[in-house]
Amino acid sequence: MLRYAARRLLISIPTLLAISFIVFALLDLAPSDPTANLPLTIPPEVREKIRLSLGLGEPFIIRYFKWLEQFLINEPLAVLEQMTGLTIGDSENRLRVLSWATRSPVTDLIVERLPQTLWVVGMSYVVAVVIAVPLGVISAYRQYSLFDQIGTFISMLGFSIPTFFTGLLLIVIFSVWLGWLPSIYDTTHVVEDWDSFWFQVKQMAMPTMVLALANASQISRFMRASMLDNLTQDYVRTARAKGVRERTVVLLHVLRNSLIPVVTVIALGVPTIFGGAIVTEQIFRVNGIGALLITGIESNDIPLVQTLTFIFAILIVVFNLIADLLYGVLDPRIRYD
Amino acid sequence: MTGLKHLLAASTALAFCAGPALAERGADGELKIIYWQAPSTMNPFLSGGTKEVEAASMVIEPLARYSNTGEIIPALAAEIPTLENGGISEDLKSITWKLKTDVLWSDGTPFTAADAIFTWQYCTNPEGGCAQGAYFDGVANMEALDPHTLKITFTEAKPFPYTALVGSESPIIQAAQFAECTGSRAPECTEQNFNPIGTGPFRVVEFRANDVITLEANPNYRDPAKPAFATVTFKGGGDAESAARSVLQTGEFDYAWNLQISPEVLNEMEAAGQGKVVVAFATSVERILVNFTNPDPALGPDERSVWKEDGSNAHPILSDIRVRKALSRAIDPVILTEIGYGKTGRPTCNVLPGPDIYVSTANEACKTQDLEEAKALLDEAGWVPGPDGVRVKDGKRLSFLYQTSTNAVRQEFQAIIKEWWSEIGVETELRNISASVFFGGDPNSPDTFQKFYADIEMYTNNFSGVDPEAYMAQWTCEKAPRPATQWQGENINRFCSAEYDALAAEFSRTAGLEARAEIAKKMNDILMQEYVIIPLIHRGGTSAHANSLGGVLINDWDSELWNIADWHRVK
Repeated sequence: MLRYAARRLLISIPTLLAISFIVFALLDLAPSDPTANLPLTIPPEVREKIRLSLGLGEPFIIRYFKWLEQFLINEPLAVLEQMTGLTIGDSENRLRVLSWATRSPVTDLIVERLPQTLWVVGMSYVVAVVIAVPLGVISAYRQYSLFDQIGTFISMLGFSIPTFFTGLLLIVIFSVWLGWLPSIYDTTHVVEDWDSFWFQVKQMAMPTMVLALANASQISRFMRASMLDNLTQDYVRTARAKGVRERTVVLLHVLRNSLIPVVTVIALGVPTIFGGAIVTEQIFRVNGIGALLITGIESNDIPLVQTLTFIFAILIVVFNLIADLLYGVLDPRIRYD
Repeated sequence: MTGLKHLLAASTALAFCAGPALAERGADGELKIIYWQAPSTMNPFLSGGTKEVEAASMVIEPLARYSNTGEIIPALAAEIPTLENGGISEDLKSITWKLKTDVLWSDGTPFTAADAIFTWQYCTNPEGGCAQGAYFDGVANMEALDPHTLKITFTEAKPFPYTALVGSESPIIQAAQFAECTGSRAPECTEQNFNPIGTGPFRVVEFRANDVITLEANPNYRDPAKPAFATVTFKGGGDAESAARSVLQTGEFDYAWNLQISPEVLNEMEAAGQGKVVVAFATSVERILVNFTNPDPALGPDERSVWKEDGSNAHPILSDIRVRKALSRAIDPVILTEIGYGKTGRPTCNVLPGPDIYVSTANEACKTQDLEEAKALLDEAGWVPGPDGVRVKDGKRLSFLYQTSTNAVRQEFQAIIKEWWSEIGVETELRNISASVFFGGDPNSPDTFQKFYADIEMYTNNFSGVDPEAYMAQWTCEKAPRPATQWQGENINRFCSAEYDALAAEFSRTAGLEARAEIAKKMNDILMQEYVIIPLIHRGGTSAHANSLGGVLINDWDSELWNIADWHRVK
């Protein structure tokens, strides 16, 4: 297992390097101009100066290696320094990946945005799992019952209605008509007592529910299908024939075996938490990682988009590995060595 | 908590003031503003975007600014220099600003002419990539005659000298704070760029790029009774429609900026009664441009849409004024305004729609559509209807490629105009290009508005400030984009007229508002009567504010937040 993990980790290095080159090249070679969104009243000579000041004068390959150095060496060092308060080497003159639009280090922006993304999107994922697993289990156990039909109907809704519609619907109902919940997320809000905690719950309610509906629909369908596969297996019949209580049969034997594929699905979904729910963040102005990516794309802030995309790539590679390893842990029949 | 502390400090300070104070600094609590495009920095010199300029205008100020009527009013200057009061020299080559003597920066240090001079040096540093460099064009030198007198000399006579350090796009930053941030170091000064020290009514408490800015009343602001609000929360992100909703329907915010949304939706939201939609008109005009050069794809890169001095590469069809006029006569700007803009736009027949003194009244006929006249003009030009309704002449079809940027309203306009033109026998091929490419200015892209590889294109342009000299000079011959200029240049039409060039030269030499207005009108009328440009809509800046917010005077000549010091809660 350990050897397998080490081998996979080593293989992921060239994979990530290739990804980094593709990400950089795709974004760099795409037709876009960081000064495109500036007012037309700014004359072309000034635009050219802005472009040069952003480092666009250098050839592509040099910019790639510079970016790689900044991303792989300078940024982790800077983050380490900020966390520990130490000074490592010549940190004053270390070049960091600077966002073109804000002219500030990209990692600082990401660190600033992470809390709200983890709170809202992460919480929605937790809520989704908590709802989806029991829903899937009961739906499968009582297949074609009224509960199953309703559950199927709701998860179909969650599947097919895009979040920009459910989000808007919730805003119209709860903010405009009833006036119960805020439609705009306050990222500066600090939880310090019960009142502020209650406000945090209120402002998280709508974005979390919108995302949870979409996620829960998917996971509950997986759960249901996996349960149905297992419920007809021979070992279940054997357990029942031995007179094991129905509760034990379902919750201990069937559920455990059915969870194996579902856990991998859940693990593979974790990188999307960091990716933020781009649309939902935009609707409720959660302004997390997803919203950061969107503003980066809109303002042709290429260093920001390159860095975020590459971070997502790393997360996906890592969580793929974790999912594979988890698979082996949950199912002792699977051995990699 | 800190807000409360400052509120207390401010009220203690006020207790020492003699006389009854009508208003009190910080008495009205929190002001919540929403800009759906979030500011990415507080340094307008490094961004140039409207959102950054407006956010910064709460903190840093220029010498003078423009009021909601387009009138120039002093901010950090004690008075506006003119020829009459001796502030502008007789030869028009220098201007001397007297500064207010009692102004303090928010850190308590005094504001002097040295800060103004530093700002000029900061922005004109060739390595700094300053986005507002054009404001300092023609400035030869700045010197401090004494700490509160600033003399600006120009390289040549400048009939309109209110450019450098005037208006929200050219504010003054503190020399002490930015001393280490000049040239190539400018972008690295994140702390300074996010938290500039200013003289304005508010100062930054926390800046979160592209998200939210928290500000509080500047304790050293020169008017002890202002601002009425103790704190400002300036939230960004999302889209225009939900920003409007948060002010007009849910009442979560007090002020929302730039609400370009469909007129019906906006009216419906306003009907909820929580707030008002306000519109200000300055110089933005949505226009159709006619290409005077031949954009035939069969031509090589040095020929296609390239202006030749001898006029050899003229557009085969559109160089006939009758065709251009027919295209204009077939358009109804009144209907287009109703469909696309509602009360946030008004039909116009001028490419120079303001300030009022510059507005020509000679072209009003364009507001009434006349399809019969358009048909007659095409008949006269020798274009006869072919078998499929499209006019032909010498085996050529009367067919145009009409391009614009991707935008719902623009595509709707394209469809409507195509329909009108088909009624007079003109065939139109429509094309839309992503805004970042279209306005991107990449000389290697065939799809930029400068390259104009089409017969007709549509977009909005404007000029900032109140003086149209540079704007009207765009249509002089040598400003045509071409390979020799890396496709840069503002004469997108490639229009060339000796008479127009002569007027532009005269404009740059003439002083005195009346005389300048006369020339500007003449230039506008040439462009209109030659049908170089078909103006459609005079577009306004649209914002919304809560009914409980008082003092808002929406302004499209300067930052919309130009008078935020006077904003208050209506009791």
